[in-house]
Amino acid sequence: MQLNRIGQHTILLPNRPRIVSSAAIAGKKEGAGPLRDDYDQIIDDDLFGEETWEKAESRFQYAAADLAIRKSGLTHEQIDAALGGDLLDQIMAASLAVRELHTPFIGLYGACSTMAESLCLASMLTDGGYLRHAVCTASSHFCTAERQYRFPLEYGCQRPPTAQWTVTGAGSAVVSSDERLPAICRSTHVTLGRIVDMAIKDANNMGAAMAPAAADTLSRHLSDTGRTAADYDLIITGDLGRVGHDLLLTLMQERGMPLDQTRYIDCGLEVFSPSQDTHAGGSGCGCSAVTLCGHIFHRFQKGELRRVLFMATGALLSPTSSQQGDTIPGIAHAIALEADS
Amino acid sequence: MFDKKAKPGPARQRQLDRYAQLVDKLSPKSALGQGLVRAFITGGSVCTLGQVFIELGQRYLDMTVTTSVTFASMMIVFITALLTGVGVFDLIAKYGGAGAFVPISGFANAMVSPAMEFRREGLVLGLGAKLFTIAGPVLVWGISISVVVGVIYAIMPW
Repeated sequence: MQLNRIGQHTILLPNRPRIVSSAAIAGKKEGAGPLRDDYDQIIDDDLFGEETWEKAESRFQYAAADLAIRKSGLTHEQIDAALGGDLLDQIMAASLAVRELHTPFIGLYGACSTMAESLCLASMLTDGGYLRHAVCTASSHFCTAERQYRFPLEYGCQRPPTAQWTVTGAGSAVVSSDERLPAICRSTHVTLGRIVDMAIKDANNMGAAMAPAAADTLSRHLSDTGRTAADYDLIITGDLGRVGHDLLLTLMQERGMPLDQTRYIDCGLEVFSPSQDTHAGGSGCGCSAVTLCGHIFHRFQKGELRRVLFMATGALLSPTSSQQGDTIPGIAHAIALEADS
Repeated sequence: MFDKKAKPGPARQRQLDRYAQLVDKLSPKSALGQGLVRAFITGGSVCTLGQVFIELGQRYLDMTVTTSVTFASMMIVFITALLTGVGVFDLIAKYGGAGAFVPISGFANAMVSPAMEFRREGLVLGLGAKLFTIAGPVLVWGISISVVVGVIYAIMPW
């Protein structure tokens, strides 16, 4: 049997599965941010017409998945599996969203790395011929994340300058092996993340907890594929924020694989402008999801990008592990995307 | 981590220490001076407002000193609860920090905000069970410590 692997940990996708459509639905604050023109829908109502924040988040995720499927020209019945997740306990938003899709469901938890995790898995499954069409989803909501990880919304407290702002929004993309469908881009390599823990305990500085994992995945990806950072038009991290972004630049410099600052972006810094008072930038599954499924895929469609490495990062802490004094495990999954030629 | 006796080796420990230093260097710090000034202004304003209620209570409502002090606390609690309810208090607290929550206003906010947040999980298991999530620890340890201090005070000869 032929192994589709190169180097130590990188998976080769010989059939180059296609990303055929995507949708990004964002909340009001995100809709006022720099990427406002890239979203399919901007929802001004935090509750999205629902009674609770959790149901609202679920509706964001359903709306994104439904729109992505419709844009691909497929029907819900033609989707072989939905792969998705979110930040809530028991990934409530994803489960309730997929309940309406009626497709087989693979629920994922990768904290804020979920969008990359779902794309990696969907690409591998479609490449291997196990699925024809798969829909990948990820969402987060400021209000659900605040009440689960921090305080009630109206509780008065100050956020430190290293804290990040959870993005309200959902992104979705349809991955397919069908050669007849026009592709936005194709996935070529997957490098799955290892958990890297550099003993950071501060849940208000997640960029610091995740940056070493991003450096680990990125350097393994580059050495496995024999590429350099210059081979990519853009290297995109998920939600390292200002602190994590600067840390990754330093860590890669130290590893002898320096990044070109003009060709490295972090979704957490793209999604909000500095004047929006989010402190260190955006975070949450929705952060990388709306940036990729909106902004990045649009740039592929405009022909501005030929090859990118999308690497969403996750801080795999739970409120319980934090209270028990444990350090924050970080992870980063990478997927290489290329324009269809 | 599952081996309780294992400590990070010296090389790993150096790596962790070096990373902690790097994080410290690249992480922006809270503006201490600005925070102190804002807390002073906000806390001072809350206390001045309290004093206004004390004076008003004595002058126009025929209150004794003790009653007027209780009246002032009640008014601050009421105003904070109202401001929390209409979604303004968190903005004041964001500006004023400890200046906004150290006066009794913080206690009112700590009770009303979970009540609003967890109402959706029902009156019993939501609101009822989670009403004291923030104020609870303050009450538990505040009352416990006051009992200990009370006992010490009672057995002291002076």
